[in-house]
Amino acid sequence: MMEELSWGGIIARILWQFAPVWLAMAVVFAVSTRYKRKLGLYGKLFDSNAGMIGFAIVLFWICTALFATLIITHDPLAQISGMKNALPGVPVKNPAEGVYPWYLFGGDALARDVFSRMVMGARDVLKIAPAATIFAFMVGVTLGLPAGYFGGKLDTFLSFLANLVLAFPVILLFYLLVTPEIIEIGIPKWFAAVLFLFPILFFVVLFDSRFRTNPARRNLYVAIVLLIGLWAYAGLAFNADPLQYTGIGPVFAMDPNLLNVFVAVVFVNSPGVFRIVRGLVMDIKSRDYVAAGQTRGESPWYIMLWEILPNARGPLIVDFCLRIGYTTILLGTLGFFGLGVSPESPDWGSTINSGRKLLALFPHPALVPALALMSLVLGLNLLADGLREESLKD
Amino acid sequence: MSSFILRRIGVMLLTALALTFIVFMLTNLPPNLEKLAKSEGSVRMSDEAVESWLKNNGHSGSMVTRYGQWLGVVPGWVTTAEDGTVRGRCITAGLTPETAPRFCGILQGNWGWSTVFKQPVSQVLARSLGHTGLLMLWVMIVMVPTALALGVLSGMREGSRTDRVLSTFAIASTATPEYVSGVIFIALLASATTGISPMLADAGLISGKTLFQGTATSAMDGITFWNFALPVMTIALYGIGYIARMTRASMTEVMSQQYIRTARLKGVGFRQVVMKHALRNALIAPFTVIMLQFPWLLNGVVIVETLFNYKGFGWTLVQAAGNNDIQMLLACSVVAVFVVLLTQLISDIGYVFLNPRIRLS
Repeated sequence: MMEELSWGGIIARILWQFAPVWLAMAVVFAVSTRYKRKLGLYGKLFDSNAGMIGFAIVLFWICTALFATLIITHDPLAQISGMKNALPGVPVKNPAEGVYPWYLFGGDALARDVFSRMVMGARDVLKIAPAATIFAFMVGVTLGLPAGYFGGKLDTFLSFLANLVLAFPVILLFYLLVTPEIIEIGIPKWFAAVLFLFPILFFVVLFDSRFRTNPARRNLYVAIVLLIGLWAYAGLAFNADPLQYTGIGPVFAMDPNLLNVFVAVVFVNSPGVFRIVRGLVMDIKSRDYVAAGQTRGESPWYIMLWEILPNARGPLIVDFCLRIGYTTILLGTLGFFGLGVSPESPDWGSTINSGRKLLALFPHPALVPALALMSLVLGLNLLADGLREESLKD
Repeated sequence: MSSFILRRIGVMLLTALALTFIVFMLTNLPPNLEKLAKSEGSVRMSDEAVESWLKNNGHSGSMVTRYGQWLGVVPGWVTTAEDGTVRGRCITAGLTPETAPRFCGILQGNWGWSTVFKQPVSQVLARSLGHTGLLMLWVMIVMVPTALALGVLSGMREGSRTDRVLSTFAIASTATPEYVSGVIFIALLASATTGISPMLADAGLISGKTLFQGTATSAMDGITFWNFALPVMTIALYGIGYIARMTRASMTEVMSQQYIRTARLKGVGFRQVVMKHALRNALIAPFTVIMLQFPWLLNGVVIVETLFNYKGFGWTLVQAAGNNDIQMLLACSVVAVFVVLLTQLISDIGYVFLNPRIRLS
């Protein structure tokens, strides 16, 4: 029987568990500060305190998600008898051979290890939030560019649609869109069918407008985009990856619940991106270099994607960081209301939700994921702040 | 000016119509209706029984006509059963088919019947909105002055130590969603086992077990500081950071203007410059932001009322959504959508009124 750990002991052991993360972070920081003058905006980040702290926190969580299987002390789903609501640092009762002898952050109401669940939760959150944000950006950019550039009826119509979605309180939208009934009727699939089309569209137009004068290369790039894009599209939206019929098994597949959550989050985020892109385009299109491009006879899409978009990158990168944080909060909200995720999922929102029932007596099962979520979002906000500061200096 | 307001109101009504139709569609999906039939009739209904129940209760027919009935622009449904009894949407207790009105939707004030609360929706809604109104009032009283003060203080001297400290606080507060700050507050201030309450109880400084109360259920009968401070703080905290940052941005912009420099060079004191010259112009932008905060406050309200078990609007919405209470959920959505659209309208019009550059042109 092991001794119960003191707070010092708990912290020391947790720091030790995170060893792979510290190592990876040290390497990244050493390399980045060494070559920071050659790394553009990313390198400049290391000149601002807020940016560096933010980057460190975000990097910590990315590494945690990557090395999660090395860090965890127990299986995040395993229940060990006698460890229900155990306090932090309590030794495992009658540990079997090879089982880590403590619950470092205590046990939850189902006698599972809070620490391991928090670590695995990082993987869940970081798997969805950045991907959903990227998709939202693809949708927002593909629609916002023409709306801002052409204006007129198209702009009026798209802006009306965007305002329609933005006028929904987010929670209400989630309660309407993320339900078993909705999955049953197949709405997420159709949402996905529309939303997932935008990345393909974006890249096709991107390469088409760039290499229009060089048909051989254009055809090659567009063909590659279409092949990979439509393959992923079939797998993700319709769960019909062609490879699953060949015995290799699907490469792109998504659990219907996850798809539902993913689609809802993308849907909520894209109007915001749309508005920002539209505003930026309306501002930039009056610049001289755009007029020069128009005089040269460049196609509208070339001007939008290769003249305007690169010049709007500063605010967009900042918004991207902020939006990942916002998406993390949204995912947490979904978990908090138990929408769309399975109850044993270790993601932070649902762990907070399951921990809140006994919050006044045993706060640790809810407190640990809550602080984790807060630190990740804080890191992203600081990172965005640092990026904004540095990109304004240009 | 008036044509601007009229056009805005027109767009708003169109948006409201579109949104309520979407909500109506999403809450009246076939699986939802089937669930409703089974919970109102019996669980073991066959598919045919479900179908005839839906038909007898006016849930069949096209989505648009049903939406029209609910809205009150299409005559309510009337069915005649085989034994000759006539039932209809508008034929409520005490009314015969002859005396019943033809239209009875929300435009006529008929919000329907809540299946969860076993009461008319309008009653439940009025009660819960009353509770939430109080909560919002206190949130506003705490949030707006704090946020504006923080923003003005940090924007007054950009880059100073005060600015750095306050900006860090603002960033931290925007990174703390309500379900995180609520959990932290309860663990720190309202838990009998952790935080400061056990220490205070040991020292005999508080009579109960905890300093603050972890639930706000008792606040529905009477608000005290100890049962209401935590929910109010939890909602306010998330908004404070955002409004403070916007105020700071607008304040720094104003402070770099020519007229501020002129006033300073004339020898006007720094206090005077801030209070008399800068503040008024710096507060135009935050006004819009505060108004647009309302949709987020609505989210905060839903989370906090669930967390603190305060039976207001948010709690009702969660109950209705979780228990397939279609009429209740529809009513909640209408209220939520109108709150959002109204605040957008007020912020647009208010911006025009406050900003002399737009008002005078």
